[in-house]
Amino acid sequence: MSRFSRQVILPGFGPEAQSKLKKAKVLVIGAGGLGCPNILYLAAAGIGNIAIMDGDTVSESNLNRQVIFGEAEIGINKAEAAAHYLKSKYSDIQIHTIPEFISPSNAVSWISQYDIIVDGSDNFATRYLVNDTCVLLGKPLVFAAIYQNEGQVAIFNAYKYAINYRDLYPEPPKENDIPNCSETGVLGVLPGIIGTIQAAETIKFLTGYGNNLVDKMLYYNLLTQQTYQIELSKNENTMSLIPESPEELASRNYAFFCDAEEGVSWNDALRELKNNPQHILIDVREPHETPKLLGYKYFSMPVSNSYEISSEIEKAESIFLFCQSGIRSLRMARDLKKKFIGKNIYSILGGIESPESPLN
Amino acid sequence: MGSVEHKFKVLAFGMIAEKLKTSELELEGIPSTEVLKGYLFQQYPEIKDTKFSISVNRKQVKGDSPIPNEAEVALLPPFSGG
Repeated sequence: MSRFSRQVILPGFGPEAQSKLKKAKVLVIGAGGLGCPNILYLAAAGIGNIAIMDGDTVSESNLNRQVIFGEAEIGINKAEAAAHYLKSKYSDIQIHTIPEFISPSNAVSWISQYDIIVDGSDNFATRYLVNDTCVLLGKPLVFAAIYQNEGQVAIFNAYKYAINYRDLYPEPPKENDIPNCSETGVLGVLPGIIGTIQAAETIKFLTGYGNNLVDKMLYYNLLTQQTYQIELSKNENTMSLIPESPEELASRNYAFFCDAEEGVSWNDALRELKNNPQHILIDVREPHETPKLLGYKYFSMPVSNSYEISSEIEKAESIFLFCQSGIRSLRMARDLKKKFIGKNIYSILGGIESPESPLN
Repeated sequence: MGSVEHKFKVLAFGMIAEKLKTSELELEGIPSTEVLKGYLFQQYPEIKDTKFSISVNRKQVKGDSPIPNEAEVALLPPFSGG
């Protein structure tokens, strides 16, 4: 008898599937509400190599859902506490501890070492970073996320040109538009259920057992016990949003769109404009005003003649406005936001006279 | 020919359901997803700032897609929690 005998005897699973699990290297990002059930079930199922990545420490309010931890772990790093627990349970698998947060500077080096990535993070900046890194490196991504009493699960990037998160939501929403559990509350069983579905999808994907959620999204509602599955579609504009190289990925500020206020710096604006051809830059000064912003592609839309380039704005994903000192552009950003619902519209701080402007 | 009755169901998830104060609407006479968005933004201005994807009959759609009679349209916002 082995500790896997009950799954090995399952019709269609067998020793072949078990040996695939034994050979698999899985990176679990986030050892929180979703991460805990993933870690517990992936280890129990015999995944041969599990890495747990989390820079956070356990706090008392985590304990209703982060079931690996108890009172004794409060204040301890989550990746270390979870790894310690698994090592006390099983001697036949490799556990790797990464007690740090994933970031643009370490994402490529960690993700490249694993076969499949499990995203159990809790914020949009991390979710877009993980998605983009997986697309860049060709790594399958088992995605799950929760909101109040609902959850969503999908497998992204399962093959070349497969669906990824940006096909669904091209640009991140603002972090405070969609609150997370610490703000809206959550019953501990919800991430337990969703994280367990996520672990099931990882095991099924690795072994080819059953039908998985590749290019599909499953929605679950705890209050009604209803599920809803949709088939996802490719968005042709998506590929241009993914960094083309590890260097480009490392230079991005993933928190930018999630945290951005209506006023942004020249540095942030120019970097985002360079990263995404769907972003546009607009000079809102009158035609006679100087100096001109030479060397950059921009549109001109004087305050006195505002809506002439509406169609460009309509097509753009995000719009960056500048003027002489940043006052008119801020006023126009507020006006345009009312007219162009759902667009990210920013005013560049300090205008062309700012010491940060590319002319200075 | 008289106008044929065109009815469909809208299912809302996450924060969209919260803002609509219901997870299900019955609507009629709206031919496409862009027209539907315009209608919803007018009736429920509070959803204007929430990003969401749309599926028609359980398939994600992009741009302006027709809404067939008896269709099931879902409004799918992103979740970030974990």
